Amino acid sequence: MKARIIITPKKAVLDPQGKTVQNALAHLGYTGVTDVHVGKYIEIELAPETNRAEAERALHDAARRFLSNPIIEDYHLEIAE
Amino acid sequence: MNVAVVQFPGSNCDQDAVYAVRRLGHAARLVWHKERALGEADCVIIPGGFSYGDYLRCGAIARFSPVMQAVREFADHGGLVLGICNGFQVLTEAGLLPGALVRNRDLQFHCEHVFLKTATRRSPFTQRVPPDTLLRIPIAHGEGCYFADEETLAALRANDQILWQYCDASGALTDAANPNGSLLNIAGICNARRNVAGLMPHPERACEPALGSEDGRWIFESIAAAVATSQVSRAA
Repeated sequence: MKARIIITPKKAVLDPQGKTVQNALAHLGYTGVTDVHVGKYIEIELAPETNRAEAERALHDAARRFLSNPIIEDYHLEIAE
Repeated sequence: MNVAVVQFPGSNCDQDAVYAVRRLGHAARLVWHKERALGEADCVIIPGGFSYGDYLRCGAIARFSPVMQAVREFADHGGLVLGICNGFQVLTEAGLLPGALVRNRDLQFHCEHVFLKTATRRSPFTQRVPPDTLLRIPIAHGEGCYFADEETLAALRANDQILWQYCDASGALTDAANPNGSLLNIAGICNARRNVAGLMPHPERACEPALGSEDGRWIFESIAAAVATSQVSRAA
């Protein structure tokens, strides 16, 4: 079982990395890009016998408390078999 | 004054902080991050550096170290805590100070002297800063852009919690004088109770003429004066 957590900067927070990547894409000729946000991707391997519901609850807790900073970031959690 | 300087793996301004405090005539010692007690201390300094490699987010891992529980209890009892640079990031991550510090708006690491306006002298960290005097103190950070939501900024203003702001040589809070994009040009703040403060600039690197500025000493002398006052009141 594997958990994937995607962390992105909140809309109100300055994202200079996203802006720089957006500019670079434009310079490279990739048109039609209206916005870019650069975040983090965390992959967590879980033991096969893990209870999915419990893991989900624990990982939401970890994401809020530690893996993301809710003041500046949003996160998305998914668990795959 | 007796100062405890916390040392995490990756701290690199810990020795500078100890040196500066001792040079100003006070006692200072290092406290390793695995310690669960601070020992006798009048003030705790969380120094600059790259604690735990700054992995995940600056300060995110350091805040869970054993010593931080002791720092939290020390602060809860009214003890004075000063976070410098990475120490400021650790204190925001720990929730001991509001807001967060994110990547500088130009993505560059800034290592230069800046001018600071002391926004209020009503704190243990600023009370001895001479009125109408700008502080010239170095910064050295890549993630010093102060961010907080509107509500938090309004509270910081209402409670007079903004201690230092980036300004130009004439004291004007301009965008050009803002090295990292911090909201309201914020360089340092304190908590509502006024016993925990953090700032991105390095006062410990500006405490003797050989370093080009002695302005940082006003911050340490403010703390020493606050400690002396509280000792007098405790003895009385």
